[in-house]
Amino acid sequence: MSGSTYGGVPRWVAAVAAVGAAFVVLPLVAMLLRVNWADFVPLITSESSLDALGLSLRTSLASTALCVMLGVPMAVVLARTRFWGQKVLRSLVLLPLVLPPVVGGIALLYTFGRRGLLGQGFEAFGVTIAFSTTAVVLAQTFVALPFLVLSLEGALRTVGTRYEAVGATLGARPTTVLRRITLPLVLPALVSGAVLSFARALGEFGATLTFAGSLQGVTRTLPLEIYLQRETDPDAAVALSLVLVVVAVVVVAVAHRAGEPAGLRLRRRAR
Amino acid sequence: MRRATTAVLAAATLLLLSGCAGQAAPASDVPASSAVPGSTEAALEGTVTVFAAASLKATFTELAQEFEAAHPGVTVELSFAGSSDLVTQITEGAPADVFASADEKNMAKLIDAGVVDAAAPVDFATNVLTIAVPPGNPGGVARLADLADPGIATVLCAPQVPCGAAAETLEKAAGVTIPAVSEESSVTDVLGKVTSGEADAGLVYVTDVVAAGDAVEGIDIAESAEAVNTYPIAPVAGAQNPAAARAFVELVTGSAGRDVLAAAGFGAP
Repeated sequence: MSGSTYGGVPRWVAAVAAVGAAFVVLPLVAMLLRVNWADFVPLITSESSLDALGLSLRTSLASTALCVMLGVPMAVVLARTRFWGQKVLRSLVLLPLVLPPVVGGIALLYTFGRRGLLGQGFEAFGVTIAFSTTAVVLAQTFVALPFLVLSLEGALRTVGTRYEAVGATLGARPTTVLRRITLPLVLPALVSGAVLSFARALGEFGATLTFAGSLQGVTRTLPLEIYLQRETDPDAAVALSLVLVVVAVVVVAVAHRAGEPAGLRLRRRAR
Repeated sequence: MRRATTAVLAAATLLLLSGCAGQAAPASDVPASSAVPGSTEAALEGTVTVFAAASLKATFTELAQEFEAAHPGVTVELSFAGSSDLVTQITEGAPADVFASADEKNMAKLIDAGVVDAAAPVDFATNVLTIAVPPGNPGGVARLADLADPGIATVLCAPQVPCGAAAETLEKAAGVTIPAVSEESSVTDVLGKVTSGEADAGLVYVTDVVAAGDAVEGIDIAESAEAVNTYPIAPVAGAQNPAAARAFVELVTGSAGRDVLAAAGFGAP
């Protein structure tokens, strides 16, 4: 792809781009320089660190699964149907993208908390969500869901409805069309959307802190552990931050390879 | 146009300054201030930047207003955050003239870093822990030992932060083990969990309960004297405005400061 690109980018654009890249990369370099390599392994393998990492991975996987379960139908409805108030609904669904996570946490508290809208009902059945791992998963799902809906809806619109229409005229029922035609077509976008949701869930901090609390092995995820360690042991905080950065880089790389919406578009044009 | 604006502003400033001087000059004030050679009240001007622990927000905002009223030429810039955050900011070069810490440990960090003179800090207040419960006390909490019951959802600060360290000391002194449902990184988060009713109880400072008003009820802890937090204040060595910094420290440690702090629930050092 790089061989065929247009090479006439003005120099000043490249120069500004370099400044932009440095702006993103330099802080990471600055953090790398502060890592205490001698104690790195003991710092990231301490009991509290491993608990936090394990909890983060488990909850992020669970919330990614929830995002796929709820997000795929949402994206299909938004992309394939037209109804009154759809635009407003789409904006509302994407709201967690721009909402400060603390606000999300407060909203979740008033919904699922002990005195919340739904929480009171749960309490009656003896189910308490507050201070449980479930609360962490809910907080992560809340902030990560828009990523999946957004990338999948875009892909659904891009691939169009031609093949689905053909399938339907050949007698396939809507569920068959969805399962055999629509989903396979947008599979790369689904994977990249799921990976992005996972990454967002992994980095979730504000909503978790506000809604779920912070207890080792139960609700204290890696970002919360970093925030707490910073109080007494900055070395441990930096070491754990590096772990989170590495996981994030891997996730972004995977998402980039799996998604490649640009490649999808090119292939369609070539046909 | 801009020059004209500047000129008008300068003139207005001059008027204000001369007006103030005119007010301060007459009557018995003059001999009084000249009789005390150390005090330079009339000469204070500029900006004094005060970095203070988050728990001092209400009291220091009030004291800053008193200070500005007493020294019309001075603007007090206040910055509130967790004490350890402020220590990091100051050692990384943030322009602070005065630092007020919620514990002695964080002040010691600045002394070790050479940013505050070892002899400079003055203790100006104390704070003790109390049990905060939601209005109506749904958990029926009466004393510290009640929090050992796992049926009562209690939120504490993590031992890494000052309020958590105090809670740990208190638990040891009282021989009580509290099975916390969450260990928060700040006392504000503990209070938030109690005011929202998520937790049945939380260990916070007496001053937090006073500040929260009707949102929570406070239950005194009989053993509270076992874990007393002492608040030191000191001018920062490289202060931009050392005279105003000293004057502000004097106000906080003086009788005016004591009154405001006592009203907020702080104890005398």
